[in-house]
Amino acid sequence: MDTLIVHALNALLYASVMFLIAGGLSLIYGVMRIVNLAHGNLYAFGAYVAAWAAGLVIGHLPIGLGYLALAAGAVAAAGLGAVLEPTLLRPLYRRAEEYQLLITFGLLLILEDLMRLIWGPYPLSVSALYESMGSLTVGETIYPTYNIAVIVVGGIAAAGLWAFVYRTQFGVVLRATSQNMRMASALGVNVNRVYVQAFTLGCFMAGLAGAIVVPQQGAVLGMGVDALILAFVVVVIGGLGSLEGALVGALLVGVVREAGITFFPEIELAVLYLMAAVVLLVRPAGLFGRA
Amino acid sequence: MNPLGARPRDLLAVGLPAVAVLIIMPFVATPYQTVLLSYGLVYAIAALGFNLLLGYTGLLSFGHCAYFGVGAYAVAFMVKYFKWSSMELFVLGGVLASAFVSLIFGFLCVRYTRIFFGILTMALSQVLWSLAFKFFWVTGGSDGLRVPTPTLLGGVWAQGPGSDKFDFLSRRYYFYVLALFVGAVVVMWLIVHSPFGKALQAIRDNETRAEFVGVQVRRYRLVAFVVSGIYTGLAGALWVPLNGLTTPDILHWTFSGKIVFFTVLGGFQTFAGPIIGAIAFNYLEVYAVGHTVYWQLVLGVVLVTLVLVLPAGIVGSLLRWLPRRRRTAA
Repeated sequence: MDTLIVHALNALLYASVMFLIAGGLSLIYGVMRIVNLAHGNLYAFGAYVAAWAAGLVIGHLPIGLGYLALAAGAVAAAGLGAVLEPTLLRPLYRRAEEYQLLITFGLLLILEDLMRLIWGPYPLSVSALYESMGSLTVGETIYPTYNIAVIVVGGIAAAGLWAFVYRTQFGVVLRATSQNMRMASALGVNVNRVYVQAFTLGCFMAGLAGAIVVPQQGAVLGMGVDALILAFVVVVIGGLGSLEGALVGALLVGVVREAGITFFPEIELAVLYLMAAVVLLVRPAGLFGRA
Repeated sequence: MNPLGARPRDLLAVGLPAVAVLIIMPFVATPYQTVLLSYGLVYAIAALGFNLLLGYTGLLSFGHCAYFGVGAYAVAFMVKYFKWSSMELFVLGGVLASAFVSLIFGFLCVRYTRIFFGILTMALSQVLWSLAFKFFWVTGGSDGLRVPTPTLLGGVWAQGPGSDKFDFLSRRYYFYVLALFVGAVVVMWLIVHSPFGKALQAIRDNETRAEFVGVQVRRYRLVAFVVSGIYTGLAGALWVPLNGLTTPDILHWTFSGKIVFFTVLGGFQTFAGPIIGAIAFNYLEVYAVGHTVYWQLVLGVVLVTLVLVLPAGIVGSLLRWLPRRRRTAA
């Protein structure tokens, strides 16, 4: 029973991080119809900035401020997104989607090396933040408190995003643009501004995901490329452009991955990719997508 | 608008001098340069196959690393399990294996177009990557599998005892690759100018109209997919002896990105574009890797600049510029 709870918590932990990354990717696709191959690198960028900022704080100031410093990662990723969209992506909306994929692939290569250039080839870690929270006892086993905190942050982010998209005026504009960009534009919506805002919000979520995993896993080169493919699996299962889909997809991937690591470690990744392929074949729009 | 235009005369006019230069290369260039060019020619075969889908059929695959990797791993398995060393068997095995895999993947993928096609091809190729990565007792895991120097032409052309491997690769193996490359170019030229090739272009330009004039869209796409996979698999089989080792890196989706990069660098709307693009990319990558640890940055900046400034690629841009010059000269 205890191990079952631990497995369930691990699945939730993984799902909440995946939801943040994939939710951002899906939001950007839903509004702008762009598949951002560099999205994983924005997650990695958030992780690096968070680790760097928390590293400055730890040892000089109270440890509580270290947790606050992690937020710098999310803010930095959002800032980077706000710069990238108008400069690199905007010129391409009228062109074939091949070019949009290519430019984000180029961006992926550039960001990967910029992080190497700034922070060097070695991993950055702030495990002090992970350890200082201690652990909880679940029945007869113990479980790190920080993991629970990540699950809570993921849950709050999901609820906040839902409220933002479905309960605010900005959300209405966002959904209108997503459904029919021309019509929204004709009705007086400044589409360029919505695009920048949506892209920034998506990048903020990716950066937040990076910031909250950094105390547990550290920031390493290549983490973005790996995360991107799993985020793809999530959005494909849930449906490109659907936030509910991203949530369900993230939970499914979290559960399958946790089960995979325990029961079939050799084919755990292959099963995830196959799940995505099967969903695409049976329901190309995903479980929650619009055709 | 096409350098290797619609008439066989055009193919010969551009192709023969190019082949002559390629034949002379090993005698004037250093062995290192020749081996580098062999890599370029191998990538060119892959890009040529890839462009049958992108440039002629209008399908952007982000999973072509799968067929390259299947070709390469097929060779490595023939060495590991059967102890074969004949390059002819390697080529045959690589082609058959990639034809088989691309038939299955293609059957699943050609129902879709645009972004769904791209993601589905990518997801399927990642399945192969994770298998190659995890089943280390079969594939060697991230260490990969070693492939020794093969014997060519049924053992007539082998690396003699005591002779240098690099010497073998830069002479005999180079000519072997060159011969297959020329064959691949000629066959692809015939394919794209055949009624079948025209039908593919009709599908690319307007799927509905193509369907109405009697083109069986899905079947044609599947055939194009398999031909494309075979070309890429042939490139993978030829690549292994050059590299001496095959690792899961060539099955990772970022390698698919490179194949796309080759094609766009040269220009996917032209026949010769992918060839030039693959050779140019290979030089670019080798020199970037040789001069800086930040080579990905260099490649990324080139790709972004290319998309923003020169979307027609090297060959496409040259072609737009040349006829204007010729006209003003005449």
